[in-house]
Amino acid sequence: MSDYNFAYLDEQTKRMIRRAILKGLAVPGYQVPFASREMPMPYGWGTGGVQVSASVLTPEDTMKVIDQGADDTTNAVSIRKFFEKTAGVATSEETSKADVIQTRHRIPEEDLREDQILVYQVPIPEPLRFLEPRETETRKMHALEEYGLMHVKLYEDISKNGAISTSYAYPVKVEGRYVMDPSPIPKFDNPKLEMAAVQLFGAGREQRIYALPPYTKVVSLDFEDYPFEASKADHACDLCGSETSYLDEVIVDDAGGRMFVCSDTDFCRSRRAAGHVGAQGVPYEEDVA
Amino acid sequence: MTPLFQVKELTKFYGNRIGCKDVSFDLYPGEVMGIVGESGSGKSTLLNCMAGHLTPDAGEVLFDTRADGMRDTVSMSEPERRMLGRTDWAFVHQHARDGLRMGVSAGGNVGERLMAVGARHYGDIREQAIDWLGRVEINAERVDDRPSAFSGGMQQRLQIARNLVTGPRLVFMDEPTGGLDVSVQARLLDLLRGLVREMGLSAIIVTHDLAVVRLLADRLMVMKDGHVVETGLTDQVLDDPQHGYTQLLVSSVLQV
Repeated sequence: MSDYNFAYLDEQTKRMIRRAILKGLAVPGYQVPFASREMPMPYGWGTGGVQVSASVLTPEDTMKVIDQGADDTTNAVSIRKFFEKTAGVATSEETSKADVIQTRHRIPEEDLREDQILVYQVPIPEPLRFLEPRETETRKMHALEEYGLMHVKLYEDISKNGAISTSYAYPVKVEGRYVMDPSPIPKFDNPKLEMAAVQLFGAGREQRIYALPPYTKVVSLDFEDYPFEASKADHACDLCGSETSYLDEVIVDDAGGRMFVCSDTDFCRSRRAAGHVGAQGVPYEEDVA
Repeated sequence: MTPLFQVKELTKFYGNRIGCKDVSFDLYPGEVMGIVGESGSGKSTLLNCMAGHLTPDAGEVLFDTRADGMRDTVSMSEPERRMLGRTDWAFVHQHARDGLRMGVSAGGNVGERLMAVGARHYGDIREQAIDWLGRVEINAERVDDRPSAFSGGMQQRLQIARNLVTGPRLVFMDEPTGGLDVSVQARLLDLLRGLVREMGLSAIIVTHDLAVVRLLADRLMVMKDGHVVETGLTDQVLDDPQHGYTQLLVSSVLQV
């Protein structure tokens, strides 16, 4: 521990990032520029999220890291190890035990509490980016609340596919003001954005931080005749039998075999521990990995 | 009758060089004004200053807004001016690519202005888009094609549909027929003339093509080196040019 400052970043950097976070919380949905640092991992691996997490962590905190809902994938494991090593904080895979949860592309199934912080890794913070490539212009559009273009994208979806086919990074309007990219979470998670926990979004390469304070009003954009739908695979989890959780489709052989499993591994594990068994599941045993 | 649009002593400099200087005129509802002149005479500068794309160095651009009557659009706040730009004003670019979103379908292009002013019903937006494609003679089947799959003339017509869908009262056009072959030009002019008369639009058309103003414009303004050298009714200016430059311009038109 003596080799590093607590949580890797130096104190000045953390102050700078905290100022950006406070500004982001004061103006929900507004993208605050910040001086993103080089982190010991490539851009796209969550450099923004890691900097935000490092700035809000305290030594007493318990940290959880998920990647697409899973606690055991490369990204989640390496970021968890990073904080174990540089901050010496306790880590957990249990949502309810964590104080800070860093996430890539999912919101945990379990409802979060007011004393928890959810940190998102964001690749492209600008929801208008693929429609309007000029940064000067998108900033002006945000400033003047000119969001007609966002609906042009949804219009194109419907005219091509007969339905709004945007299924992740689904644009939302925050407190009736800023249009925000909720990071590439599935649109199934969009209704959960109105939650008790503080939500912080960090984009390292793009050098932006934005935030949602607890219970902020978040509305998914839609058309009157094509309302927003929080969709998921029409199936139950094959391991725990849950019919309400967001599912991953897993190909299990080369003969068309497949199974649907909860993308939130902690949620699935705790349900199986409580005795729920899905169609292809086996009874839960504590020591089986 | 009060003018719809008034320009008072509009001046724009580029450093020491004159863009346009002391331009004043009134435009009445339903009137089409042509601005002609050679390349570099300041006509596009003037048009961009009037449409709010450039900030003039001096002068006023007054518009009869629906809510508050005559307002100076130069000193207006930017949100107000941009709002005007997507409701009561329209701007047709010379190159359709500048005025269209090339990656968005024809229907989306026409619908953008509707969505920008708050339309949130897909069926209605699409219906209006198809209606407008019909009015500019684009087949309804092509509503989901991208403009990049359209010919030059169709792109230009699409741009016009996109601009007129919110029912503007004043249209700025910058060489609307430039770069089109003559038969396509003729059809486009025919279409424009029909739309202008039918909707009672006021328009300001910048062009170097005298035939275009002869067909479309009620009044004409001739520019040279940033100054207006002659104004008057179109037929009067073209048939009996007074200023030396206008005489040169009129006599320079090639006869077939």
